[in-house]
Amino acid sequence: MAQDDRTAGGVMLAADGTPLKKSLDRALRAQKIRALALIAPLLIFILVSFVFPIGEMLLRSVQNTVGTDYIPDVLPNVVVELEEWDPASGEAPPEAVYRAMAIDFAIAFDNKLHTQLGRRFNYENPGMSSLFRKSGRPVTKLDPEGGNLKEAFLDIDKDWGRVDYWATIKANSGRYTINYFLAAFDAERTLDGIQLKSPDQRVYQKLLLRTLGLSLVITLCTLALGYPVAWLLADLPSRTSNLLLILVLLPFWTSLLVRTSAWKILLQEQGVINDIWIWLGFQDRLSLINNQLGVIIAMTHILLPFMVLPLYSVMKTIPPSYLRAAKSLGATNTVAFLRVYFPQTTPGIGAGGLLVFILAVGYFITPELVGGADGTFISNRIYYQFSASGNWGLAAALGTVMLLVVLVLYYIYDKLVGVDNVKLG
Amino acid sequence: MATTLQPYATTGQRIWFYTFRVLCGLIFFYLIFPILVVIPLSFNSQDFFTFTPEMLRLDPDGFSLKHYRDFFGENGDYSWLQAFGNSIKIAPLATLISVGLGTLAAIGLTQPHVPFKRQITALLISPMIVPLIITSAGMFFFYANIGLQGTFLGVVLAHAALGIPFVIITVTATLSGFDTSLTRAAANMGADPLTTFFRVQMPLILPGVISGGLFAFITSFDEVVVVLLVGSAGQKTLPWQMFIGLREQISPTILAVATILVAVSIGLLTTVEMLRRRSERLRGMSPS
Repeated sequence: MAQDDRTAGGVMLAADGTPLKKSLDRALRAQKIRALALIAPLLIFILVSFVFPIGEMLLRSVQNTVGTDYIPDVLPNVVVELEEWDPASGEAPPEAVYRAMAIDFAIAFDNKLHTQLGRRFNYENPGMSSLFRKSGRPVTKLDPEGGNLKEAFLDIDKDWGRVDYWATIKANSGRYTINYFLAAFDAERTLDGIQLKSPDQRVYQKLLLRTLGLSLVITLCTLALGYPVAWLLADLPSRTSNLLLILVLLPFWTSLLVRTSAWKILLQEQGVINDIWIWLGFQDRLSLINNQLGVIIAMTHILLPFMVLPLYSVMKTIPPSYLRAAKSLGATNTVAFLRVYFPQTTPGIGAGGLLVFILAVGYFITPELVGGADGTFISNRIYYQFSASGNWGLAAALGTVMLLVVLVLYYIYDKLVGVDNVKLG
Repeated sequence: MATTLQPYATTGQRIWFYTFRVLCGLIFFYLIFPILVVIPLSFNSQDFFTFTPEMLRLDPDGFSLKHYRDFFGENGDYSWLQAFGNSIKIAPLATLISVGLGTLAAIGLTQPHVPFKRQITALLISPMIVPLIITSAGMFFFYANIGLQGTFLGVVLAHAALGIPFVIITVTATLSGFDTSLTRAAANMGADPLTTFFRVQMPLILPGVISGGLFAFITSFDEVVVVLLVGSAGQKTLPWQMFIGLREQISPTILAVATILVAVSIGLLTTVEMLRRRSERLRGMSPS
């Protein structure tokens, strides 16, 4: 080869005379570009219609807005004057602040923003909504050039003298705020700085723990029920196991709402299961729905296929001769299972368990319909903040926390299982 | 070996064997019972959600098609039928977008040298992983900004994004068993890339593409959270109608709807299973 005329100065040349390395590089680059060109349309679609909207929504968790305007743009003069004032002094702000408020408030009133502003502050300090609503027209009648505006404000409502109200306004004088995240973690700003709320008011911590706790219980239930079924399917001759697999796949393909409504109908007080219970001779009807038990029963059923399928695909690859070998070497059934079979199924347990847990944490429909008061998940609270309460900033902050939890789990899933190994039937 | 019974098994092994079988039988029952039980209940002639004594006696008077007639609007309420119509309009369009873009991307992803392959795959699968409430809330603001909130197109685009992971997963799975020497052979014999794709590659991966499409279809057909937030009264789909019905006052028409949807899913499952077997057969034919 060394004497070949396709070498020049020790460099291999391709047929057209270019160095081989360069020629291969060019071919590789062409391949990469072709692959990326095929992926690009979808990638752009996902970035525009999925990633970007979520990113924008998450930004709302730190944007300090009322409607579409930033608070410092709505109250420009107040924000400047409040810089001088220290809430720790324990005294209401000076006259200049009230004068600024009279100017800003009148403009906000003209733009019909003053009630929204009140509602916005009300999230952090209950009572401010009614103050802003009540003060609407009277404040616009004040003369910003006149004297003694502080007293005029206090005449309209003595709450205008409350230090904590002004402290809330001062705390919101930036374009960005961490207040929504404070609320999402049950903390609040007090005159002594940021503190956790009193234990009985820590609703979101409780909700996050409940969501994670119930998801864990559901994951364990799907594992307990899915493991024997997957084992049976993997051991049976493929003709029988393909038939039985349909019993797993049919629920998988059935509408989530059908399955949820089926459980709602079955579990209700006058439902089929309670009727059988009474027929069996029991006196009291069971309360199976609108509580945590109902959520666990229904969601275990709904997520069970996501556990069975990865377990089954792992168990199918375990040669049955391993167990026979263990037993012929003197292992009892239990030892053979624990030391030989079970360790080989752990990849399936990891894959199924993580998938079920990730899906369970974000569940909305089933907890909403069968969860009642104590079986709701964090998604339900986000939906409530979003639709009924209109506190989009808090909804976004709670969403960010939940998304972080899910993404961390997704990262672990990718490391352990690989996203390209997700099995669907 | 707990699941097979040898002729020389001891009594203890026999007991364990049958206990295990019974246990698995109960779990299968738990899986399938809630889905099957709505079918007979939907023929109830009363507005009850449980079996009436007449039904248990198999008295013909206990059964009727009343709930199905209500579904088709015989009581003058066409909302179910309209919702069904909307679902039937939205799902195929969303499926077309997911399948078109998804198949191309899956082919790109299975090429030998793809930069950032892992990251791109993770990103494309993420719509399946990210909680729906977050996706829909984000889309609500985004579509409101560009004037698509509450429009038909908005819901279709949102559903297309949700269906993409399923297309990617099924099509890449099919492509991983695809013998690339076939395309090289076709090119060698003078076929241009388009001809190679449509005459050689496409027929072989078609089962996977159709399965992915059916997954995308059922994802859109079954989706409610996005419709709740991104849609408006004009895009009430069947799941939307069911969700609202279940949350407020539950009407027995839901039983009929559920039965119809179970029939749809049985049909889809059968198709997917047949496609899967066909795909395995085709793959068995090509040299590996």
